[in-house]
Amino acid sequence: MKDFGYSIRKDRQIDYDKNDKRVLHYLEKHEPSILTCIACGSCTATCSAGNFSDFNIRLVQTLFRRGETEPLKLEIRKCMLCGKCQLVCPRGVNMRNMILAIQTAIDKLK
Amino acid sequence: MISFNLFVLPFSLGLIYLLYMIARWWYKWISALNPNDKTRFRNGLFSPRFFSAVKEVFLESLIHRKMFKRNALMGYMHMSFALGWFLLIILGNIESRIYSTTHINPPYYPIFLKFFIHDKTVLWFEIYTVPGFFRFIMDLLLLFILSGLALAIVKRSKSRWFGMTRTTHYQLTDKVALTCLWLIFPVRLFAESFTDGYYGGGGGFVTQHLGNLLVLIFQEASQHIAYMLWWTYSLVLGIFFVTLPFSRYWHIPTEILLIFFRHFGIKPQAGHSSFSDVEIGACSRCGVCIDVCQLGVAAHVHDIQAVYFIRSVRDEQVNRDITLRCLVCGRCQQSCPVGIQTDSLRLIERNIFSGSLQSDFGYLPPKTPRQASIVYFAGCMTHLTPGILRAIKGIFLQAGVNYLFLDEQGSVCCGRPMLLSGKHDQAMKLMEANRQLILATQAETLVTSCPICYRMFIEMYDLPMQVVHHSQYILELIKTGKIPLQTHYKKVAYHDPCDLGRGSHVYHAPRELLAKVSDLVHVKNEYEDALCCGGSLGLYTLNPKKRNMVTKNALDILMANQPEIIATACPLCKKTFAKLSDVEVLDIAEMVYPAIPDKTQVTA
Repeated sequence: MKDFGYSIRKDRQIDYDKNDKRVLHYLEKHEPSILTCIACGSCTATCSAGNFSDFNIRLVQTLFRRGETEPLKLEIRKCMLCGKCQLVCPRGVNMRNMILAIQTAIDKLK
Repeated sequence: MISFNLFVLPFSLGLIYLLYMIARWWYKWISALNPNDKTRFRNGLFSPRFFSAVKEVFLESLIHRKMFKRNALMGYMHMSFALGWFLLIILGNIESRIYSTTHINPPYYPIFLKFFIHDKTVLWFEIYTVPGFFRFIMDLLLLFILSGLALAIVKRSKSRWFGMTRTTHYQLTDKVALTCLWLIFPVRLFAESFTDGYYGGGGGFVTQHLGNLLVLIFQEASQHIAYMLWWTYSLVLGIFFVTLPFSRYWHIPTEILLIFFRHFGIKPQAGHSSFSDVEIGACSRCGVCIDVCQLGVAAHVHDIQAVYFIRSVRDEQVNRDITLRCLVCGRCQQSCPVGIQTDSLRLIERNIFSGSLQSDFGYLPPKTPRQASIVYFAGCMTHLTPGILRAIKGIFLQAGVNYLFLDEQGSVCCGRPMLLSGKHDQAMKLMEANRQLILATQAETLVTSCPICYRMFIEMYDLPMQVVHHSQYILELIKTGKIPLQTHYKKVAYHDPCDLGRGSHVYHAPRELLAKVSDLVHVKNEYEDALCCGGSLGLYTLNPKKRNMVTKNALDILMANQPEIIATACPLCKKTFAKLSDVEVLDIAEMVYPAIPDKTQVTA
């Protein structure tokens, strides 16, 4: 095929009625504090890992809500679990357990 | 002729089963040791450490020294059962050999001696020694044990007298074993008394008199009652021996092996090993850890205490939430009379529940810091408390310390939070990154403000330099006259951070420092017995409300003597207390800095 230097992007549309909510449901049950998140981004602003990388713990929240398990899996690998995010969170989201529970939930998908 | 009666069977079979179980498990644990530990074990058997282990077995498993230190009544109760029974067996054996009519002395023979022999006058023995010596001593020992039993019964309802507010909830096997244990000695007393009374001799000062009295009441029936009681005695002993491996009393044989393991230098590992298996078996479920657990006392969480956690691991019923619901403050470990390393057991189990997370810290830049002889590492948490950072910078400036602020632009985590989640290998990655960074500075002294980092640097990093917490370093600056101080006399309560106190045994430097700038008040829980602030990174699964209850409880105890300031030496403790405290919460550095007179003005 002729290479015109551009291509068609893979469909990025997320259907909230059909996406994979298994991780989200696991978290709702085992770490319900995630539901209180107001996406203020304080966690991301203080993040130790975020200091050195593009790690974004608010994005983690977005990813499991959207059911995007693959990027989620890669994202949480960057967390150092230091807990600063938890101390600045105005809503008391238990973020360290959230990270551990996401991994447990992902392991259960297999 | 061998003395035999059918009733000895339950006891004998029970004993054979118990000995088989002990041999089987000991063999299993010892043979499952890794090659290095096996060598340690073998070498230990032929070294002076063997005798020091035997001494500890005697002091802890029989006399229960640690229990005595905790509470005298509790110590006496345990000693009467353990030491009393042990002596009863030893002396009973000697007695039976002296009075034996044959050379064959089966194990049940000393136990049921009075059934088989009624006439205890052996001419040569009675002439050359004190007449009735054994009859007297055996009765005395029986009384000794029965006094312990009486205390055990009282303890059911008055556990407070024994220094315990709460006691362990038992399982069925525990209840069966406990009932049998309680029955053994009263039944023995009555079996012997009836027999002695009926045959009119052979008993000591208790059994003989009680026996005479009983025979007066029961007349001819005494012989049958006695026989029935001998059957009961044998049965309860047999049932006790059979249930023992499945009950809390399994700690008796296991603890002995644990003491030997410890003396031979065998240590816990990141995963399950023979050592951790033996520790799990050695838990006596005494419940001492229940009263010291703040999650139970302050937050009404009653299913996670070390005793229940270890039991659920042993029964393979442990779950993720319970495993992760623990402050890992080390208070249970500190109080455990068996010396079980409850924290390391918790982490081993967390490892299993942490899932397959493969951390990737490839993003950490290969920084090459400049070289400096004094390096300051603030740690993640200190970056959240700018007050501490300001004070430290100020103190260093006044003292003219030429230092490198290693993590001014952001810290690489020390790895402890990762380690506390049970991910040993992932934590190692962080540690290695941090270690290389520290080593590159070629520092002589590493100062840190965070006790969590401090503990990690000391325990895990193996750094070729002096590592100090800032409380130690500032104290040194004052002692060498680098900073002058004006004394203030505000009342201050000092809170020992877990990782600095119990974790690293730094108790005196912070207190000495505070005594120079304030008036230290007494706190009920201090030094090894200090409370956790509730902010612990070891706790994963607990809602913030309950976490606050732990903090509030710790604050109440700190506030008992109405201090004007709560001082601590940890940024995480400070941050945790500050949100709920009525008085100011300050770090030690923040206490010292304002006390420096005539400060050189800092230009921003």
